[in-house]
Amino acid sequence: MRVLYFAWLRERLGRDSDEIDPPASVATIADLIDWLAANDETFALATAKRELIRAARDEELVDHQTPLAGAKTIALFPPMTGG
Amino acid sequence: MSVRLQQPTFDPGAETNAFLENAGGAGAAVTFTGLVRSLPEDPIISMTLEHYPALAESQLETLLGDAMQRFSLTDATIIHRFGTLYPGEPIVQVMTLAPHRQAAFDAANFIMDVLKTNAPFWKKEERETGSDWVAARQSDDEAAQRWQ
Repeated sequence: MRVLYFAWLRERLGRDSDEIDPPASVATIADLIDWLAANDETFALATAKRELIRAARDEELVDHQTPLAGAKTIALFPPMTGG
Repeated sequence: MSVRLQQPTFDPGAETNAFLENAGGAGAAVTFTGLVRSLPEDPIISMTLEHYPALAESQLETLLGDAMQRFSLTDATIIHRFGTLYPGEPIVQVMTLAPHRQAAFDAANFIMDVLKTNAPFWKKEERETGSDWVAARQSDDEAAQRWQ
C-alpha cells in the first residue's frame, strides 16, 4: 500500500510517500495513523493533532473510520486551503 | 461544463468572454475570480499552491456536476491554478450560467464555499521573513456547511 503526504505534513516528514505493508490488525485510517506514529517519532509529532489530518482512500475523501481493506493508495494531508 | 487545472496564469476577461459566447440564450452569467492577495501592511512575494492532481480533478468534477443539478445551470466552468503565483494574479475562476440571476449567483457561491474546504489544494505564502502554510479557517468550514 502506498501512502502519500501533502503540504506541511509532507514537509515535516521530509518525504512525499511511503510504501508500507501494515499487519491485518491495522483496519482503518485511524489505525494506520496510530501504527505509523508508533514506528516513527517524527510522524507522531506531525500528526499529534489528529483533527488536523484529512484523508483520501483511492482518490476519494474519507473519514478516519474508513476501512483500509483493498485500498491501493491512502493520502494524508492538512485541511485544504484552495480557492 | 468544464474543469481546468493549470499552472500558467490566465486572462479572466478573455475566459469570461469565451464562456459567454456559448450562452445560448440563458439570461444570467456570474463570474467569480479569486486573486493572490498581498496587503500593504503584510506583503507577500509569492504564493505556492500545492495540489493532489488526481483527487483535485475528481473533486472539482463532482462539485461542478452537483452545482449544475442543484441550481439547474445551463453551463459552468472552474479554472484553478497550481504552482507559484504572484500578487494580483488569478488563482481561481468560477463561471455559472442559468436562466435567471439568483441561480447563477447561488451556484457560484456554492462552488467557491465547497471548493475551499473540499478540493485538495494547499497555499504557502512566501514573505521576506520566510514562508508559511496558510491555515484553514473555521469560517470557511462554516460557509461550506451552510449548503448541506
